Amino acid sequence: MKPAPFEYHRPASLDEALALVAELGSDAKALAGGQSLVPAMNFRLARPGVLIDLNRIAHLAAIDELPDGGFRIGAMTRQRAVERSAAVAQRAPLLAEAMPWIAHPQIRNRGTVGGSLAHADPSAELPAVMLALDARFVARSRRGTRTIAGPEFFAGILTTALAPDELLIAVEIPAPPAGAGAAFVEVARRHGDYALVGVAAQVVLEMDGRCRAARIALLSVGDTPVLAASAMATLIGRRPDPPTIEAAARAAAERDIDPPGDIHASPAYRRHLAGVLVARALRLAVERAGKPPA
Amino acid sequence: MGPSVHVGVTVNGTRYQRSVEPRLLLSDFLRHELGLTGTHVGCEHGVCGACTVLLDGDPVRSCLLFAVQADGAEVTTVEGLAPAPGELDLLQTAFRESHGLQCGFCTPGILMTMIAFLGDHPAPDESAIREALSGHLCRCTGYRHIVDAVALAATRITHGGRA
Amino acid sequence: MTQAFGARALRNEDARLLTGRAQFVDDVRLDGLLHVAFRRSEYAHARLIDVDVSAARAADGVVAVFTASDLGDYWRPGPLLVSPPPIAGLVFNTATQVPLARDKVRHVGEPIAMVVATSRYLAEDAVDQIVVDAEPLEAVVDIERALEPGAPVIHESIGSNLAAHVVQRKGDYAAARERAALVVARRFLYDRGVSAAIETRGVVAAWDTSAEQLTIWDTTQAPIPIRNGLAGMLGLLESQVRVIAPFIGGGFGPKIMMFYPEEVLVPWAAMRLGRPVKWIEDRLESFTATTQERGQVHEAELAVDQAGRILGVKDRFVHDTGAYDPYGLTIPINTQCTLLGPYRVPAYDSEFTVAFTNKTLVTPVRGAGRQHGVFVMERLLDLAARGLGLDPVEIRRRNYLAPGDFPHDHQILFQDSAPLVYDSGDYLPALEEAARMVGYDRFVREEQPRLRAAGRRVGIGIVSYVEGTGIGPYEGARVSVEPSGKIRVATGVGTQGQGHFTSFAQIVADVLGVDVADVHVLTGDTSAFHWGTGTFASRGAVVAGSACHAAATRVREKAMVLAAEQLRVDRSCLELAGGQVRVADDLARSIALGDLARRANPLRGAVRPGTEPGLEATAYFGPDRGSTASGVHAMQVEVDPETAMVKILRYIVVHDCGRVINPLIVEGQIQGGVAHGIGNAFFEQLRYDESGQLLNASFMDYLLPTASEVPAVEISHAETPSPLNPLGVKGVGEAGCIPTGAAFAQAVEHALGDPGLEILEIPLSPSRLFELTQERLTP
Repeated sequence: MKPAPFEYHRPASLDEALALVAELGSDAKALAGGQSLVPAMNFRLARPGVLIDLNRIAHLAAIDELPDGGFRIGAMTRQRAVERSAAVAQRAPLLAEAMPWIAHPQIRNRGTVGGSLAHADPSAELPAVMLALDARFVARSRRGTRTIAGPEFFAGILTTALAPDELLIAVEIPAPPAGAGAAFVEVARRHGDYALVGVAAQVVLEMDGRCRAARIALLSVGDTPVLAASAMATLIGRRPDPPTIEAAARAAAERDIDPPGDIHASPAYRRHLAGVLVARALRLAVERAGKPPA
Repeated sequence: MGPSVHVGVTVNGTRYQRSVEPRLLLSDFLRHELGLTGTHVGCEHGVCGACTVLLDGDPVRSCLLFAVQADGAEVTTVEGLAPAPGELDLLQTAFRESHGLQCGFCTPGILMTMIAFLGDHPAPDESAIREALSGHLCRCTGYRHIVDAVALAATRITHGGRA
Repeated sequence: MTQAFGARALRNEDARLLTGRAQFVDDVRLDGLLHVAFRRSEYAHARLIDVDVSAARAADGVVAVFTASDLGDYWRPGPLLVSPPPIAGLVFNTATQVPLARDKVRHVGEPIAMVVATSRYLAEDAVDQIVVDAEPLEAVVDIERALEPGAPVIHESIGSNLAAHVVQRKGDYAAARERAALVVARRFLYDRGVSAAIETRGVVAAWDTSAEQLTIWDTTQAPIPIRNGLAGMLGLLESQVRVIAPFIGGGFGPKIMMFYPEEVLVPWAAMRLGRPVKWIEDRLESFTATTQERGQVHEAELAVDQAGRILGVKDRFVHDTGAYDPYGLTIPINTQCTLLGPYRVPAYDSEFTVAFTNKTLVTPVRGAGRQHGVFVMERLLDLAARGLGLDPVEIRRRNYLAPGDFPHDHQILFQDSAPLVYDSGDYLPALEEAARMVGYDRFVREEQPRLRAAGRRVGIGIVSYVEGTGIGPYEGARVSVEPSGKIRVATGVGTQGQGHFTSFAQIVADVLGVDVADVHVLTGDTSAFHWGTGTFASRGAVVAGSACHAAATRVREKAMVLAAEQLRVDRSCLELAGGQVRVADDLARSIALGDLARRANPLRGAVRPGTEPGLEATAYFGPDRGSTASGVHAMQVEVDPETAMVKILRYIVVHDCGRVINPLIVEGQIQGGVAHGIGNAFFEQLRYDESGQLLNASFMDYLLPTASEVPAVEISHAETPSPLNPLGVKGVGEAGCIPTGAAFAQAVEHALGDPGLEILEIPLSPSRLFELTQERLTP
């Protein structure tokens, strides 16, 4: 289990990296944290001819607050840094809650936010969380910078909307509206495993307790992280009482997903878990709505 | 063989300079280039944790890093724990006293994770220890005595010892 | 001096392991070392047409590439390791593994070509350039279908996939069934897993052309048989071959398998190339190239009277041996024998069939077939209890053998060809202790109803097992006193983390009156000791431990005789303590063991006839048959009824391994065994598709339990000494994982409280548990 040979580049700046990406095209692979790429290379399932190591581009590893109250996470920010960030705990408790579910600390010490998102594994936590948070994906190439919304960014299994000459450089997370509450729940076989099913949910309640907005994203239920559109629609304008939550959970399980089967879970089991976990996430999110983050 | 790249790295306080293939894994670099065979390799896909070392103080899987990525960094391996030859540090002593190892193959990686963990959590409870340990596979011990060892080390740190 | 035997002595080997100084096979560094990678079969079953290695031979860094045709006369199938016991009517068809596949491949991962290069990286690059032309054949994956007419035949020379057929009977089961108040009959499934030692296998070989000596470092549990076998294959004297099994990173059974293709090929390549050669298995290889275990299908029934007393058991099962069967019938006979458990079973009708399949070879993995027997018997008892309205603990109580029943002859043969006779045991107190520790009565009466009312599903499983351990043929040991007073012990068993460096030292320390830390144990190096078999069947402490005891006792005798001469007193006046032989009523008159050792090896004068130089002795121990360990496991689980996830809340083991040499080490063995058993019960399952491809060949998808899934096991030691060895010990290495599946199934059923939900298969994933609960909802 030794990787096949490759050509190695270690650009010192983003411009240099973008030039390399533009020049080398599809044979080149960006090396961020490497916690998914390197295992695939060791199994020789991935054999990139060229690796462009982004780890020396210092300014891509920053968490910056934005004027609108949201914040921006540089693509090379280590997952461990997000987990330990007071700003993240304050402004995106959903993200903070999801972080410890990602593998193990040794992996999070290397793994990056941008690497996980660009890898676009439908079983990973961060893509679903970013969908639930309505995050914007900032892509740059020598041609310029563009912002991509979550549902477009995740184009298919392990596939994103990034063009061959583009790099994901950051993700921008909007400020949580007043009255927001969020929860992340998942079921995994072992602590740190990819989830059998996971749910990231954020609800925004009006002063009268009605649901003004809701975003529910599921992981491990399809080729991409899935926004549960009909479950979300079930909640809007209604009080999230137990029957409404049950209805939303049923909608998510029965209408919003078409889960795959694999050696760990049958499609029926995944569908069942999706309903259970959407209900659990919504109950928690509603309970937390309006309360300051712990 | 492709062109080689330069790696300058400090391991356990000693500076090493080598020229290696870019694809050489840090685990193989430590073991076979530097002869530091205390770091073990159990899966080469980042799950078992046997190859865990400290990279600039943080535990990482050395099988998921290329040696060239450690260029300029400080690495600590199990060989760097004991204060002097023939001695054990506080955590190693606790492992011996609690029977926290059997075949000892996974042990070096566990020690490296736990030394960093105790730095961050000087007084952990059992569930925190178990969670920290869950990034390591051990087939011999069933983990109980490892948990005991880490708890014993934590108690001694609380009473003035140094990890 | 306090007695070392029975003390929680800290381990002598730990300092080396904790500082990274202990040498494992992959740590061996030699000048000019070459590295091996194998091209392995991608097909489970295929006819080989052509293997083109020309591009690989020309690849960067490649020194040699070998295929079967390059091996010449050296190519031959491996030996049959364990001959079948002399059971009347037994059928056994042998087909053993080959070094490199020649005409046919029979499982994914079977080696086809061997690349030797200057680095493992380059060797793997060259492997990619080997072109294998093969005609895929239909694969035999399902054990039962393997034996159906028309199934593709794996070994044409045998003509079918039947590897063995064995019947053992006692009493009259048909008559017992006639008399029964209740007969429960079910079909039980047990699926495959891997042993998953964290250190994979590896072999390093170096041929010294001037000294004509071959040195082999091997991750084997049996260094001496490996040496003897390889010497024969390579045409060398046994003394020309030295096999070193240094520190081994866990064994669990598969590292005893002999001879793996790589074990045969690496030394041959080192001799042929005149350079040292290393092969270290990677984890991907390990999933298909290291032996596995556990696939069986049982159709079993239990006949009981109205009081729940066992009248008889009938079992028909099929055992999956994989593509070859070099290990004979050890596993299915263990299953057959262990099924009887601690119970009085008047009639037993047991028949099994062994099938070849296109999957990795099956040889013993910790437990070695015993857990299947325990699972079937314990589940049948649970079902009978349910049928009769009896408590599961009560039905066991009513069927145990009593202390007066020993030795108890079951009238069938065990895996070592000896009659299955239990030497000793006392089962009921262990059951009562386990029930007390887990709070069974109060839980059933008060807690469970309260929890259930609150929507929580919590249950307890309590099961029993008996384990034949410590079988022959023999082990030996040499004990020597050095002039420094330190003691050297050399023995032939390998050691893979069981603490032999310490437990053997404890045995010897007591006999010679020295500190445990002053006894240096050397195992696993044929240059230090070359008689013995190896570490398997929970036998290290029993057999090698007894040999250490015998050798130390002889050294003690020698020391006493010498000291009596030196001190000019009668031997009866002497005692041995603190490293000194001294006059019991005049402690000032003493002589150190080290001094005696020096005087026993004089530089001048003469050694008298009838005596030997040195304070040293060698002794052997071979038990007539194995000693019978036993125990009871109690497990408390909570099932989340919404997600079908199971959490283990408590785990209790009351075990009897006879006299305990070192409780710390024994507790470690049990805790680790339970973790392995939990893995087998709920997490670990090899998933083959219908073409024989393994779908989860990684630690991402093959789930070993972690610290978050394994509870702290609460352990109580019961001791009924074995009369079969001087130490009174029994084996314990496998005990922890043997009854775990049975306890798990009972506990989950108890938690769910649905009398119609039966768990008849292991492993049981949450997805499968969900399916079972759904089936109950839609009959």
